[in-house]
Amino acid sequence: MSGHVVPVKTYLGIFVALLVLTALTTGVAFVDFGDIHTGIRLIEVIPLNTVVALAIAVVKMLLVILFFMHVKYSSSLTKIVVMTGFLFLAILVSFTLADELTRGWTPEAGGWNTALPTILPLLRGLF
Amino acid sequence: MSDMAVHAPHPPGFKHQFEDMEQQREAGSLGMWVFLVTEIMFFGGLFATYIIYRTLYLTAFEEGSRLLNVKFGAANTAVLIGSSLTMALAIHAAQAGKKKSEQVMYLVLTMILGALFLFLKFNYEWRADYHEHLIPGFGFIIRPEWGAAGTHVPLYFCFYFFMTGLHAMHMIIGFGILGTLTVMAHRGRFSSEYYAPLEVSGLYWHFVDIVWIFLFPLLYLIGGRFALPGVH
Repeated sequence: MSGHVVPVKTYLGIFVALLVLTALTTGVAFVDFGDIHTGIRLIEVIPLNTVVALAIAVVKMLLVILFFMHVKYSSSLTKIVVMTGFLFLAILVSFTLADELTRGWTPEAGGWNTALPTILPLLRGLF
Repeated sequence: MSDMAVHAPHPPGFKHQFEDMEQQREAGSLGMWVFLVTEIMFFGGLFATYIIYRTLYLTAFEEGSRLLNVKFGAANTAVLIGSSLTMALAIHAAQAGKKKSEQVMYLVLTMILGALFLFLKFNYEWRADYHEHLIPGFGFIIRPEWGAAGTHVPLYFCFYFFMTGLHAMHMIIGFGILGTLTVMAHRGRFSSEYYAPLEVSGLYWHFVDIVWIFLFPLLYLIGGRFALPGVH
């Protein structure tokens, strides 16, 4: 037994698709798609160009993972491990953003640096 | 049960703790993927930090992104995708039981394309950045045309050099791996039965390619390349 042998034709097809997507993502960067206005503090403006560029990058990534990295032909166990990686990345990014973007929603709490004018003179007194 | 099982003839490279070659191959790939998951988190920390600071200083990041040479960025993406193809073909050559010279040829091609990527990156892009005073810590000059966002453009370039630098470091490690594989292939170590080192190294090389697939839009295209109203 020797794993699933992917035909050369498939590899060449994926290669061409990846090149086309690279040309596409570069090309659309020269076109202004405008912005999404969310009204949420810190992310009031989301450029649609960023959304399009990342969507194309995700498609390219899937092509590489599924075909070049043979995940399409791998066991379910391998597939779960691969998805776990991206799940943890999603947790990292979403939880960090949930903190960063909601700072200032509670006016009485304030950011960590609002305490600096009080703390710094005290620290200077120590040294 | 019997001595027969222990001393039964087996393909080269087969380790006795596995049931058969198929199970051994799958265990190898799974182990490599567990390592790659840690690599996703390794780069993920940088990507998460990038996302936070891009959110905080969007104008500065867009300003910085437009200063990069998008032609080199796109060309290098194509070069790296090409090296992924030749890597996949090297594994295919072993799987399909092709001559060892074909495996060696594809591995050497992969290294040549990888070297071309680093040559374009270091010799053209980074060199130009140095001459244009865009490397933080090496005489970075904040330009008046950046306006109020100017003070945070060096932050963008810190991300640019750290992310592309870490990616380049992974590629340089990849050369060591590919070099070893080339010697092994030349010695005829791989066959359609045993090609695990090629397979797991291929996973690593493709992973480095995927990192670049995200670095290219995030660093080069994030600001858009169209003429903005009110922007020089």
